[in-house]
Amino acid sequence: MTYATEELLISTIAHLLDGLKHIAVGVLSPIPGSAALLAASRSATIKKVSIIGSMKEPYRLDGAVDLFDCAAQGRIDAFFLSGGQIDGQANVNLTGIGQYPNQDTRWSGAFGSAYLYFLVPKVILFREEHTRRVFVPKVDFISAPGTSAPNVYRPGGPYALVTPLCLFSFNRTRECFRLESIHPGHTVEEVRDNTGFEFDLPASVPETAIPDSQTLQLIRNKVAPIIADPYPDFARKIWGV
Amino acid sequence: MNETITDIISLINQIDDGSKIAIFKDCSVPMSLGRGLIKRQARNLHLVTVPTGSFLPDMLIGAGCVSTIETAGVSLGEFGLANRFGSAIKKGSVTVLDATCPAIYAGLQASEKGIPFIPLRGLIGSDVLANREDFQIIDNPFEKDDPIAVLPAIQPDFTVFHAPMADQAGNVYLGRQAELKIMAHASKKTFVTVEKIVDFNIMDHEELGSASLSHLYVDGIAVASNGSWPLNLPGHYDYDRKTIQSYANAAKNQETFNSWIDIHLGKELNETG
Repeated sequence: MTYATEELLISTIAHLLDGLKHIAVGVLSPIPGSAALLAASRSATIKKVSIIGSMKEPYRLDGAVDLFDCAAQGRIDAFFLSGGQIDGQANVNLTGIGQYPNQDTRWSGAFGSAYLYFLVPKVILFREEHTRRVFVPKVDFISAPGTSAPNVYRPGGPYALVTPLCLFSFNRTRECFRLESIHPGHTVEEVRDNTGFEFDLPASVPETAIPDSQTLQLIRNKVAPIIADPYPDFARKIWGV
Repeated sequence: MNETITDIISLINQIDDGSKIAIFKDCSVPMSLGRGLIKRQARNLHLVTVPTGSFLPDMLIGAGCVSTIETAGVSLGEFGLANRFGSAIKKGSVTVLDATCPAIYAGLQASEKGIPFIPLRGLIGSDVLANREDFQIIDNPFEKDDPIAVLPAIQPDFTVFHAPMADQAGNVYLGRQAELKIMAHASKKTFVTVEKIVDFNIMDHEELGSASLSHLYVDGIAVASNGSWPLNLPGHYDYDRKTIQSYANAAKNQETFNSWIDIHLGKELNETG
């Protein structure tokens, strides 16, 4: 079966969520949201997927305060973050480019990142653009740090980084990314050319598993109609629903 | 009749220049009241977005009403960057106090509890904390070697929001937006615009009462039909996407923003006048 790039990314992220219980998805995250729904549709362990912005049960949260308290209680297993810039130590910049505070380009701001990045065990970084302007040697502003000193309370942190080219894991001890797999049609050279930071490169890098027909059917039949509620434009573009 | 119930012009005129005003993120936003602040050329407002902001903060900044914004982020969401906000920050015409979402809530909760500060996990090592002179790191007094951030209480002069209904006693039905209660408890005064005022007491009603704000916390109520337009009021009306898109396009630069404001506020004046 042929598949869309978005479906490969959804399938790749969903594999990272197997065996978890509660997955929360932030704003403007249709692909991570779809991945969480896919994982939930085939996993007995996933009890809740919370989608910020959804007003519908069972995906609705009981308010934002509940989300943050829930994370602090250890009741959220995975969350997603993105960034205008992400560097090799997994520092995330959602704030802007240039000298703070009067930055040349100002983005939105840190949102919940400076808190949730510390508390949610598996934070999956996701960005649909894999270029050197995004994956930089050092972010201009640390909205949320990738790593912390040993005495800082931090049960959570970066777990993986998914891009349209590849999947990286993050090693919290070594404080760096490792290239885990490359999506079909792309190469190590392409990843290296488009990544501004150093990363661990194993002797051989496998190809990312493509979604099988059963997975694609789940995505199209189960996931698409649900994700169309918070993300109508996305669902229309990919699946025409 | 309860003197809390008044008209929207009276509410707008009571919000002095320089006031610290809390606004909820992207629903229950008092757009009619906000446009009124622009019309009366409010100045030097200190906005606290709870915890993030969208159209109203961007619009108030573009109209020159704001000198400081305390926020976890300002964005037009799927409609893109908040360009009047970004432009003001680049120029330095607005001071930004960057926070993170739970830090805004925690600061309000401290105020709600009448305590001067509150600890919060996270933040340590971020440039958010490094750039906030009023955020500090202390040692947990109960555990060895456990640094934790502490944040000052946030006490707005006003919380302003829009709600589906109020009653004659001044109780306000909020629906599922429970965070509005935190904002009202934390603020010196709370002004609410509503779609309608009902004849029964909301607090006497088993299901409505638990989703409502007591009149104790409410200092002014005015009816504003479609008061959240062009934003949504959950359970009542949806976004007016066409108008929001036209704003997002216009707000990309100051000149087109000014024309948009002239057209839309002028129109409203004609409709209400």
